Amino acid sequence: MSASEIYDIIIIGGGVIGCSIARALCKYDLKVCLLEKEADIAMGTTKANSGVVHAGYGAERKYIKRNLCIRGNKLYSKVAKELNFPFKRIGSFVVALETDQIKFLEEIRKKGIEDGIFNLELILDKEKIKELEPNITDEVVGVLHAPSAGIVSPYEMTFALAENAAINGVKFFRNQEVIKIDHSDYTFTVTTKKTEFKGENVINCAGLHAAKISKMLGLDYFDILLRKGEYVLFDRNIIQLNKILFPVPTKVSKGILVCPTFHGNAFAGPNAQNITDLEDTSTTTPGLKEVLEGGRLLVPDLPLRASIRNFAGLRAVSNTYDFIIDNTDIYGFINVAGIMSPGLTSCYAIAEKVIEFIELLGVQLKEKENYNPNREKPKRFTEFSKKELEKKIKEDPTWGRIICRCETISEKEILDAIRAPVGAITIDGVKFRCRPGMGRCQGGFCRPRVMEILSRELNLPYQAITKKGEDTNILVAKTKDLILKEIKKREIYNEKV
Amino acid sequence: MKRYNIDVAIIGGGAAGLAAAIEVKKAEFNPLIMERDLELGGILMQCIHNGFGLKEFKEELTGPEYAQRFINEINELDIPYKLDTMVIEITPDKKIYAVSKNEGLIEINSKAIILSMGCREKTRGAINVPGFRPSGIFTAGQAQRFVNIEGYLPGKTIVILGSGDIGMIMARRLTWEGCKVKAVVEIQPYVSGLLRNQVQCLEDYNIPLITSYTLTKIHGKDRLKGITISKVGRNFDQIIGTDRFIECDTLLLSVGLIPENELTRIAGAEISPMGGAVIDNNLETTIEGVFACGNVLQVHDLVDLVTAEAKRAGKNAVDYINERFGKTQKEQRKIRLNSGENVTYIKPDYVNFNELLKNLIINFRVKHPDRRIQIQLKDETNRIIYKLKKPYVIPSEMNELKINIGNLEINTECNELIIDVIPQPEPLID
Repeated sequence: MSASEIYDIIIIGGGVIGCSIARALCKYDLKVCLLEKEADIAMGTTKANSGVVHAGYGAERKYIKRNLCIRGNKLYSKVAKELNFPFKRIGSFVVALETDQIKFLEEIRKKGIEDGIFNLELILDKEKIKELEPNITDEVVGVLHAPSAGIVSPYEMTFALAENAAINGVKFFRNQEVIKIDHSDYTFTVTTKKTEFKGENVINCAGLHAAKISKMLGLDYFDILLRKGEYVLFDRNIIQLNKILFPVPTKVSKGILVCPTFHGNAFAGPNAQNITDLEDTSTTTPGLKEVLEGGRLLVPDLPLRASIRNFAGLRAVSNTYDFIIDNTDIYGFINVAGIMSPGLTSCYAIAEKVIEFIELLGVQLKEKENYNPNREKPKRFTEFSKKELEKKIKEDPTWGRIICRCETISEKEILDAIRAPVGAITIDGVKFRCRPGMGRCQGGFCRPRVMEILSRELNLPYQAITKKGEDTNILVAKTKDLILKEIKKREIYNEKV
Repeated sequence: MKRYNIDVAIIGGGAAGLAAAIEVKKAEFNPLIMERDLELGGILMQCIHNGFGLKEFKEELTGPEYAQRFINEINELDIPYKLDTMVIEITPDKKIYAVSKNEGLIEINSKAIILSMGCREKTRGAINVPGFRPSGIFTAGQAQRFVNIEGYLPGKTIVILGSGDIGMIMARRLTWEGCKVKAVVEIQPYVSGLLRNQVQCLEDYNIPLITSYTLTKIHGKDRLKGITISKVGRNFDQIIGTDRFIECDTLLLSVGLIPENELTRIAGAEISPMGGAVIDNNLETTIEGVFACGNVLQVHDLVDLVTAEAKRAGKNAVDYINERFGKTQKEQRKIRLNSGENVTYIKPDYVNFNELLKNLIINFRVKHPDRRIQIQLKDETNRIIYKLKKPYVIPSEMNELKINIGNLEINTECNELIIDVIPQPEPLID
């Protein structure tokens, strides 16, 4: 990292928005870097959200997020193909439980079709509904079916975006919390806790911290409110859902949905609580109860017994209740803030818009000759046939060593996750890239082994391996260290006496 | 792909697998052990405390010592084993596929299979504790591995949730290491592990045991900063206003063990709602020639009991090869064994009335502690065919009944046998 280097563009924030903008920029002949506060990208809102790619009928017409969502949904197919991340259009249901809700569904269907959402369909035939989604409640009276809605693994997608951006020249810096931004002579100096970066343009995609970053330059025209959503995740194969199930939305939120993840676990959530603590990703007893009860309205058979994990995510809600995507009064500083739902769906449309802004700023957008839009799908042990497996282990014996028993993940997959561009440097980083520790035992068996591999690959002492960066060490001392310290203290004391 | 043809394939080289393999070899059949770890011995190797072997060897050994006796015998008998080898599939026709770094993908054909994969620990998610997800939360067994095998300490101030045996043993182990163990918190009104561990691991070190309390919140975003516990009522519902905060940097979970039956499921054997495979009194699963023993079948209190069960599985697998393998099966008459009054768990699931029948061994656990009780075995017409008096029963201890089937008068037409644990009837005074 060279301090004197001047970047054309500095992106602040390595969530799905920052990374999709980085990926959109990487095809141009520009010097781009991305700064992330955490030890890994995709660790904020990106990590803990529903992973739903919405059809786009949700937001009201007065908001820019409506059109960005509809456009974003359509852009998914191409990017998913190029980058090979887990994405499937499985379709969604908005579930009406009372007949007077049907009228509302009809209304959003009409508007949706006018705005270019394909194949929105109102289904009132209970048998047909049950056929499409056998787990749905018997109370259902009708559903709005949106076949273009899909599910995506948001963090795997973000890793894919970052990897692709990195091989096309974008530089990623993690553990770089921005504490100050100065602007003079058309150059921004972005100071982090560790060093400083200089750039001609800055894009603020700091998610929950976007208002704070914007205020560093005196731009205080918006605020970010925090909304917490809690989720309960269920063991795989306990309940198999075909569709994303939404309740009829309220003014505050889309409500508690029940949905399959790309990897086959069902989940229920999120609820919505307005909070003020930026760090509060804790789950609560009443919250989890609310989530389960909400989920059971749509799928009565949600088994609490089979829940394997609960978690909470924070959503950045702007005070305008809309996305804030602006070329600001400070020339060269772009805010991309308040990207709450449907932000994940809209990310590619948002990136398109940001590129337009950058062009407006007079940045030359010349396409690179050697731009590579593709990223290979990470190979998985469980996806090989026996024949392939035999060949693979012969080529590289680390395929033959299983590290995670629950999800059957080999040493090779973990090595790939660490050695990838913008690869894993923490236990959570490995876990979110290739899933060891996501299964039933939640890392009980594989954690020491993952730590061993990280320590070997990163050339770090075993004890220095962290769960998710600074202050999250797994181990605190070697055995006997504490007791020896105590003995020493006593010896010194005895000598004095 | 390398193929192996053997008599008995043994999946898992821990306490159960080792004992079963020895039994098979002694009967002059060829076993093969497949172990996914780098050494034999399984979880025993991290259990460096003593207390193993009192029943099996009439001696007090540590876990590695106990395992080593079997490993030595394995070597003396020249029993083959594969380390760092993970079985990934058992097909319905009993072919086993495994992978390893050295051999790649291998296929094992055997006449009988013994499942001895052991168990795993329950995790936090399974008990749905609200709060943050910081570092510093371990299952007790994982912490034990870090301390005893890797040589590192997971933290300095510790709270242990659940009074399972590993939890209590870790309380003592970490105290020896200079850590401060602030409390062992148990949701039940009584300890869930063995009484001897309560005395030797907690009371001897003045470690507070807090019963009828449960974890209600986890504090700290990066590293654990503390936990909130609350008193629970009869139905384990939280009593409002009883919250207590305990500062700690580490939380160990000792909230129970679950048999690890993924392969059993892949093989297509029926799994009982209690966890382990559905078996008959020969330890045979619902797949002919596939036997289960040790903690993969049911979580035992003592390794000595695992060994005893594994020896039976080894013998039965040999008997199976001698008497039934490759022959057309006679129709087998299986009677369902069910739990009755104050019984919450029972194994086997079926009693099989065929030529293999010997001693009938029944394991069961009670729901509530009780004194001066009578255990009775009855059929569905309430005819009592066996009874035994005991001074006491407690939920944390597995009970074993060994019944000589020859002495029982079972109505061969009955469909069901039921075990009751009832108060001893007062003797009638003439």
